[in-house]
Amino acid sequence: MSLNREKANAYWQANIRLVLKLLMIWFIVAFGCSIIFVDLLNTIQIGGYKLGFWFAQQGSMYVFVILTFYYAKKIGQLDREFGVDEE
Amino acid sequence: MELQTLTFIIVGITFAIYIGIAIWARAGTTSEFYVAGGGIHPVANGMATAADWMSAASFISMAGLIAFYGYGGSVFLMGWTGGYVLLAMLLAPYLRKFGKFTVPEFIGDRYYSKTARVVAVICLIVASVTYVIGQMKGIGVAFSRFLEVDYNTGLMSGMLIVFIYAVLGGMKGITYTQIAQYCILIFAYTVPAIFISLNLTGNPIPQLGLGSTMIGTETFLLDRLDQVVTELGFAEYTTQARLSTLNMFVYTMSLMIGTAGLPHVIIRFFTVPKVSDARKSAGWALVFIAILYTTAPAVAAMARLNLMETIQPANGQNLSYEERPSWFKNWEKTGLLKFEDKNNDGLIQYTSDKATNEMVKVDRDIMVLANPEIAKLPNWVIALVAAGGLAAALSTAAGLLLAISSSISHDLLKGVIKPDISEKGELLAGRISMAGAIVLAGYLGFNPPDFAAGTVALAFGLAASSIFPALMMGIFNKRMNKEGAIAGMIAGLSITLLYVFQHKGIMFVASTSFLGDMSPNWFFGIEPNAFGAIGAIVNFAVATVVSKVTAEPPEHVQHLVDDIRVPGESGSARHLTPDHPPA
Repeated sequence: MSLNREKANAYWQANIRLVLKLLMIWFIVAFGCSIIFVDLLNTIQIGGYKLGFWFAQQGSMYVFVILTFYYAKKIGQLDREFGVDEE
Repeated sequence: MELQTLTFIIVGITFAIYIGIAIWARAGTTSEFYVAGGGIHPVANGMATAADWMSAASFISMAGLIAFYGYGGSVFLMGWTGGYVLLAMLLAPYLRKFGKFTVPEFIGDRYYSKTARVVAVICLIVASVTYVIGQMKGIGVAFSRFLEVDYNTGLMSGMLIVFIYAVLGGMKGITYTQIAQYCILIFAYTVPAIFISLNLTGNPIPQLGLGSTMIGTETFLLDRLDQVVTELGFAEYTTQARLSTLNMFVYTMSLMIGTAGLPHVIIRFFTVPKVSDARKSAGWALVFIAILYTTAPAVAAMARLNLMETIQPANGQNLSYEERPSWFKNWEKTGLLKFEDKNNDGLIQYTSDKATNEMVKVDRDIMVLANPEIAKLPNWVIALVAAGGLAAALSTAAGLLLAISSSISHDLLKGVIKPDISEKGELLAGRISMAGAIVLAGYLGFNPPDFAAGTVALAFGLAASSIFPALMMGIFNKRMNKEGAIAGMIAGLSITLLYVFQHKGIMFVASTSFLGDMSPNWFFGIEPNAFGAIGAIVNFAVATVVSKVTAEPPEHVQHLVDDIRVPGESGSARHLTPDHPPA
């Protein structure tokens, strides 16, 4: 193992922080906006959509796509920063 | 041209395309296929994953369920897409780094135990067979309509086709075939949606049409729908929750973690060239899935509106049974749509009141297939939808059957019971188990536990409660040992199965359910389809406790975990050999 243990640990910690941050958004959008607070958000109307309904049937999915690509990009940067990328 | 003839032609052409591509790809790239193995671009892999993923549940069933559950149907939309976020961040890159071919293989190595591997095989088989039952329901519905026979005969013809398709086999593994399947599937789904959205709102983009006003009026489509359904006593479309907030929460969670725990999806990320590609592939798969999934709510709402306004126009002029449209008659032949003239007035009353409602059966799974007919779209569009539905159902059923047969022949037989089995013997065992799975799933499909998407949701619950926690702890908890993982998987799967069986019947045979499929008996009002998340919590808890009181995993396993956490230095982690092509 050429990579020293400390560096690997630091990389792993940074990864975990990133994942937790993004999963927080994932949770807030899917379970917060779309389920728990749906009635509250439904009082806001955007076009023909009630906002809570929009999050549940449209918005959440757009956010999921963005989150997945954002993670791939950010973790790629971390890989290079810590010198653990594949090349 | 006659609709049935047209359907046969279009379905025939699409099948010819899949087989043609398979033959072409085979001839050109056999050696490359094995050696490079993973030389597939993330975008292509994402598209193929999406085709693999979207089954009869997504294509045929989901929008129909949303049409009747309204807002409550969102659990399927979020559950089956949100899981990819988990997959991309928590599992796919690490499993790719590990570089084996099946999920039980990872579990067996990570938990240094053949027992763990066998338990994983059992979990995988239980979840996959349940999943195939759901596909069979969808296939049965599609075939019964287009052969104009009853559901059971349709299901039997479907079983035969799946058998031939899956045993022809090789086709399945070829990414290009799946890309073709995706294109046909998405075209078949979006074309009628665009037509209907244009007809109703004048906006060609269904995602926007759903939020627009009805053509020629100032009324929003969703407001109109809410008004139409509430007038007949049904719950308001846009706010109708699925049972309770807690149930929706648990249901969504269950589908999400089930998505990340289903073996036939995870396998796809084993075949990309690099760890970073596994992350991107998950993103691309999600994009291609989201195209269908964001269209589905529009299909659902518009189909419901068209159905209600056809059968029961809001102004009180009910449709006369004698004058019912041809789609109505055709679906009556399948037994999936039933009318009973309770007050003998010759008119159709469709209300939420059980005593006076005369539409005694409207199977939710017919909605997507009937939708273009109800909206009076041209015949070629209707035929196209049939071809798309079959593509979705067949590709996923074949993928699952391969996962089942490889877990029996590769993991169970070769890995554990009889390591010296010949390659021929392994192949034969695979074929036999595949045939067995089709017969079992088909048999259970005659009386499916739920609509196609509901049945598939049960499968997700089973995967969520058994496989996902074991994989996740295998990566994120270095201290997790074999005792903990095995106890966790057994506890999670058993409690979920027990809960499902007591309400849905043993092996889903309804007459054997000892507590009945009734909400008063449900634990905190959580329906069986949603119970996987609770099973997963039990799994995590049992595993943690057991691992605390037993010995920690050996050093080489802890090194293995360190190794899969870091993407680089993966040169040796690739174990592709000609004996073990990607599944």
